[in-house]
Amino acid sequence: MSGPPTNTIALELTNIGKAFGGLLAVDGVSLAMRPGERRAILGPNGAGKTTLFSLISGEQPVTSGRIHLFGHDVTRTSAHRRAALGLARTYQITNLFPRLTALDNCLLAVQALSRTKFHLHRPLTGYAGHFVRARAVLDSVGLAVKEGEQVRNLSHGEQRQLEIALALAGSPRLLLLDEPTAGLSPAESQLMVGLLQRLDPAISILIIEHDMDVAFEVTDRITVLHYGRVVADGLAADVKTNPLVQEIYLGAAEP
Amino acid sequence: METFIRRAPRAAALVAAVLLLALPPFVSSFMLSLMTQALVWAMLAMSLDLLLGYIGLASLGHAAYLALGAYSVGILTTRHGADFWTSLAVGIAVAALGAAVFGLVALRATGVYFLMITLALGMTVWGLANRWVSLTSGDNGIAGVPRPRGLPWDVSGALPFYYLVLVAFAVAFVVLWTVVHSPFGKTLVGIRESESRMRTLGYHVWLHKYIAFVIAGAAGGFAGVFWGYYNGFVSPADAELATSVEILLMVALGGRGTLFGPVLGAFVIVLLRNVVSIYTHRWLLILGAVYIGTIVYAPEGIIGMARDWLKARARAPLRPAPSP
Ligand SMILES: Nc1ncnc2c1ncn2[C@@H]1O[C@H](COP(=O)(O)OP(=O)(O)OP(=O)(O)O)[C@@H](O)[C@H]1O
Ligand SMILES: [Mg+2]
Repeated sequence: MSGPPTNTIALELTNIGKAFGGLLAVDGVSLAMRPGERRAILGPNGAGKTTLFSLISGEQPVTSGRIHLFGHDVTRTSAHRRAALGLARTYQITNLFPRLTALDNCLLAVQALSRTKFHLHRPLTGYAGHFVRARAVLDSVGLAVKEGEQVRNLSHGEQRQLEIALALAGSPRLLLLDEPTAGLSPAESQLMVGLLQRLDPAISILIIEHDMDVAFEVTDRITVLHYGRVVADGLAADVKTNPLVQEIYLGAAEP
Repeated sequence: METFIRRAPRAAALVAAVLLLALPPFVSSFMLSLMTQALVWAMLAMSLDLLLGYIGLASLGHAAYLALGAYSVGILTTRHGADFWTSLAVGIAVAALGAAVFGLVALRATGVYFLMITLALGMTVWGLANRWVSLTSGDNGIAGVPRPRGLPWDVSGALPFYYLVLVAFAVAFVVLWTVVHSPFGKTLVGIRESESRMRTLGYHVWLHKYIAFVIAGAAGGFAGVFWGYYNGFVSPADAELATSVEILLMVALGGRGTLFGPVLGAFVIVLLRNVVSIYTHRWLLILGAVYIGTIVYAPEGIIGMARDWLKARARAPLRPAPSP
């Protein structure tokens, strides 16, 4: 899968929807992101933010609309193929390989887009390149010293960092981050913000964030979802002062 | 102490290997036949462990591959005078083909549904063994399977045959060890731990499961070939549900997710079965009790218990605060 020219749109959602029975969790969302764009998605609990991510990542099929990723129509494309196009995501509820070590977690992420994942004739320990890359990824989120630790024994904060590490391992061009600071202390949140700000500016980032301050620090554009619909979309400063947003968001949101 | 934890399993494996190599000339013929049987079951249990221990899929149809391998030997040797290598190649191929077909059906499901579907597929093979009389001789089974022909040595005696099975076991062990330690093997554990994460990382999860399913089937067929030769007789009993249950129990009892566990489980169950049968016919009842006992008291099997014990031992000397 060859990459299209870098000036094409990274992600384009055209009127996508997702119904769970009678419930429209995502209701006609349209959105476009250019390469390198940093955008936050805000919205109260149950607004459909996580569902929107699952539609983009291909874990759930849309019930209507179309999705384009780097110029490819991926509306019916499976999740692993979308990953191969340069898409990566993290999870709101930590989703790692709990009984494997931090290093093994990263190794799995590193080899995910390589043909070597089908090699079964020699031990993984022989693939020095994968180890170098996995350790570099661990190091980039500050977990180098924990490489031999089983992930279920890591602290919540460390697990959230590993979430990011796994997503970064495949050198994605579009990163979906679902509440990376969920459950973190203010100090840990600040570390996470620093980590996100240091990422390669060429990577487009779509981030769901309940903490407005984090959202404004990491992104320049904001999309607000409410009952599955986009109710505001624009530059951070404009959206912040939007009365509808203040009413919905500050009414239902966190401290 | 760290090194003790790491060395203990290796030392145990070494002792076991030496015993398997050196003991047989000195044991009774009954004991020798038990050891031969146990090695065949150990191969079956290891192959099932690829699914149960590594991917986390409990299959209740693994006897199907044992039967496919064994029937291949039975039919080829008694009706076509096939030699060892032909029987072996066909036995593996037929079992792999069976798994390739069954996998298409079974891998649509997970958990209990996977268990039910593999059970049904296993019963299908059992049904065929019973009903396709022209091929399988039905209930009567196929008798008179000769000892392997076409090998450089004569393996008609019980002792040389034991060593043939030991070599086969070593081959199966090395092959499966390589697979589970390979990059591909790591993906199986990843699928066990989180299928959804594997998918979004870029893995075609179904394909990895399918490849492992076929490998497990082929390895089961490999064991089946030696089972056919060992018994000299093949019958629908080889494909029975009880047989699948036994293989599953061997893996669970020994410790899934390690290759040593299933081997240990196979030896324990084979010995137990033969000791128990002296006293009672209620083998299945006892098997059930062992299964429940394993789930309740040792969910990670004997190997898991040993591992915990070693860790506790390693920690124990640290408890009293070191005085200057
Ligand atoms: N698999 C599902 N089946 C049925 N309903 C679902 C499913 N997933 C989500 N929903 C519903 O869809 C709506 C949107 O859920 P979603 O998780 O996308 O919200 P969210 O914006 O991420 O909320 P939060 O801020 O709490 O994470 C909710 O009403 C939820 O109950
Ligand atoms: Mg959510």
